[in-house]
Amino acid sequence: MCTDCGCSSTDHTHHHEHESRTIRVEEDLLAKNNRLAAGNRRLFISNQLLVLNLVSSPGSGKTSILERTLTDLKGQLNFSVLEGDQQTANDAERIAATGVPVKQINTGTGCHLDAHMIGHGVDNFDLAATDILMIENVGNLVCPASFDLGEDYKVAVLSITEGEDKPLKYAQMFQAADIMLINKIDLLPYLRFDLEQCKTYARQVNPQIAIMELSCHSGAGMQQWYDWLVRETDRKRETQGV
Amino acid sequence: MTFGHDSLHELSLTQNIVELAIENAAREDAKKILSITLEIGALAGVVAEAVEFAFDVCSKGTLAEGADLRILHIAGIGQCLDCRKEAEIETLTHVCPHCGSLALETLQGCEMKFTEMEID
Repeated sequence: MCTDCGCSSTDHTHHHEHESRTIRVEEDLLAKNNRLAAGNRRLFISNQLLVLNLVSSPGSGKTSILERTLTDLKGQLNFSVLEGDQQTANDAERIAATGVPVKQINTGTGCHLDAHMIGHGVDNFDLAATDILMIENVGNLVCPASFDLGEDYKVAVLSITEGEDKPLKYAQMFQAADIMLINKIDLLPYLRFDLEQCKTYARQVNPQIAIMELSCHSGAGMQQWYDWLVRETDRKRETQGV
Repeated sequence: MTFGHDSLHELSLTQNIVELAIENAAREDAKKILSITLEIGALAGVVAEAVEFAFDVCSKGTLAEGADLRILHIAGIGQCLDCRKEAEIETLTHVCPHCGSLALETLQGCEMKFTEMEID
């Protein structure tokens, strides 16, 4: 390669008519998304809002966990929900049935939500009257890992029907997550799922990850999840206390 | 080669690369972009081949078309939370080579950065 201009010519006698120069850019490839996410975060902080980004593979039970949470905590905490899916408004309809404000974001062929979509998605919510904004990401354990939405915590849901080695197979996601919810534990007697091994794998990719086991179907373990939500909401109000 | 599982987030990233290149080129009054240099960490979850493939598509008809895309690989380095020693790691699921611990904290290797470009 020509060392003067980086062209692929091996003939170093070729004439350089141009004045090429190198400029430093030094910018993260996700800089644009990160800037928008920082803007979202400022908006959320000014409204003392706890924001969770729920990520998982399709069918792990994100929407079902939300439905039960919204119903059980009705009257105790005020929620708003953003639903991300490639197509359909099915999930938003399920959430709307609980009486909570919800907006569906359809990404079309897009495989993840980004900070720009969230910034516009919350336009119609009364954020000052909301305690917790739940963002249900597109069901995908790969792409949503890289895109900061401005949330406080990424919550990865893993259902035991998926196998205990998901944290190893999709390490990026479980490293980015702050919390792992192991869902469908009511099915433990019927499946060959090694719960302890699953937790070990998750901690291998992310030593700091917090883990809760629950079933939104039977209700087992849901209370510790609710306690955590209440505690974090209180903390949010205190740390930014007006 | 874990290429087919998803090349979509690489597509988003590559669109950002081309946009960044064009913005910077316009600021410098460049007539052409000759090369673009990126640093991609071993643990960034980005497949370099997918970026290269997407670059041809995303740069078509722009100042960046035909630019030489140089992707520098940054090794992954982790620190063991048990024995505190550092080790080179290629995946997020590595085991500490010194003490066998599974608890490694990533120090380096998650980078995805547009470092510099050559313009004319």
